[in-house]
Amino acid sequence: MIGAFIIAFREVIEAGLIISIVLAATRGIPGRMRWVLLGVAGGLAGAGLVALFAESISDAFEGSGQDILNAAVLIVAVLLLIWHNTWMSKHGKELAGELRATGEAVRSGEREAAALSIVVGAAILREGAELVLFLYGLVASGTSGADIQFGAFAGIGAGILLSAVTYFGLAAIPSRYVFSITSALIIFLAAGLASQAAQFLSNAGVVDVLGQTLWNSSGVIAENSWPGRVLHALVGYTDRPTALQGLVYVGTIAVMVGLMQWSAADKRRSVRTA
Amino acid sequence: MSRSLRPLRLAAAALLVASWAATSARADDMPVIKVEMRDGVILPAVIEVPANTRFKLEISNTGQSPVEFESTELKREKALAAGSTSAIVFRTLDPGTYQVFDDFHPEAKATLVAK
Repeated sequence: MIGAFIIAFREVIEAGLIISIVLAATRGIPGRMRWVLLGVAGGLAGAGLVALFAESISDAFEGSGQDILNAAVLIVAVLLLIWHNTWMSKHGKELAGELRATGEAVRSGEREAAALSIVVGAAILREGAELVLFLYGLVASGTSGADIQFGAFAGIGAGILLSAVTYFGLAAIPSRYVFSITSALIIFLAAGLASQAAQFLSNAGVVDVLGQTLWNSSGVIAENSWPGRVLHALVGYTDRPTALQGLVYVGTIAVMVGLMQWSAADKRRSVRTA
Repeated sequence: MSRSLRPLRLAAAALLVASWAATSARADDMPVIKVEMRDGVILPAVIEVPANTRFKLEISNTGQSPVEFESTELKREKALAAGSTSAIVFRTLDPGTYQVFDDFHPEAKATLVAK
């Protein structure tokens, strides 16, 4: 029962932490709850489909189908997170209530929430397929006892609870700072997802360069230990990163910071000329 | 809008088909190494694979519960429902010993030896 609890809990918080950051980052955008719920529902449906067709997805592209699908899902999420942070450095102040929200900000806010609902869906799709397989196996096989099933569902509940606590923790940050903090979290989140995508592409043989290991910190924080797993979900920690992963990680951070500076400067210009 | 995108979409589809055809031609001539996972046991405990060449690791879950073949050293994972079989293709692997485990049964461990 404890085993099932831990596995379910672990899989839920991996997606749950991403969702709570996204929720905190979209505070003040009208209609965002609808979009986030849509993302959750879409992600769960997608995870179910991926679990159902796991074998044919695996066999696609000569055994690399799963890697290519994972990479594609992650790349979509990264691009949308980059766009989100760029948009936020222009409109964050209006949402925080420091400036009067312009009609333009409200209109594009809706588009913004739609984009983040896709990020939520992608996070669930990526992590959820394993959880669906795990839970379906427990329930369908009929061989596992009621205590194991209880453990798994208690694990899901605890995972959702921890994600909710994370969200309310972030939401309690004064609105002047909340978007700076969520933007910083999203930079590292996106960099981590991008470096995971790079690894999936090199597993699939699509990318075949810079495969050498940069360092091995498995003796300090092992990737499959609790701190390792949480850091992996939040900032993409890996205990044996390849040169490609390191390059993509640093490159994603540089691109995001650059775009955010440019967007903030653009905003200042348009305020001055208005 | 959709008119101007059409050539782009056609090109993307052609690229996809071409890459699929190119890769599937080489599919059959790689060694297949079989691994069995059964409710917390990984068989064989020492998985011998060829180093520096393409090979396919075919994993069968013959138990009653779901399993997840995983190796953080190899950066690979694959979840399998009870009774299903799936494969991981390795492009190339340096000679050495790698730890693998079942992420859904933490007590199940094995080593993968490439030589």
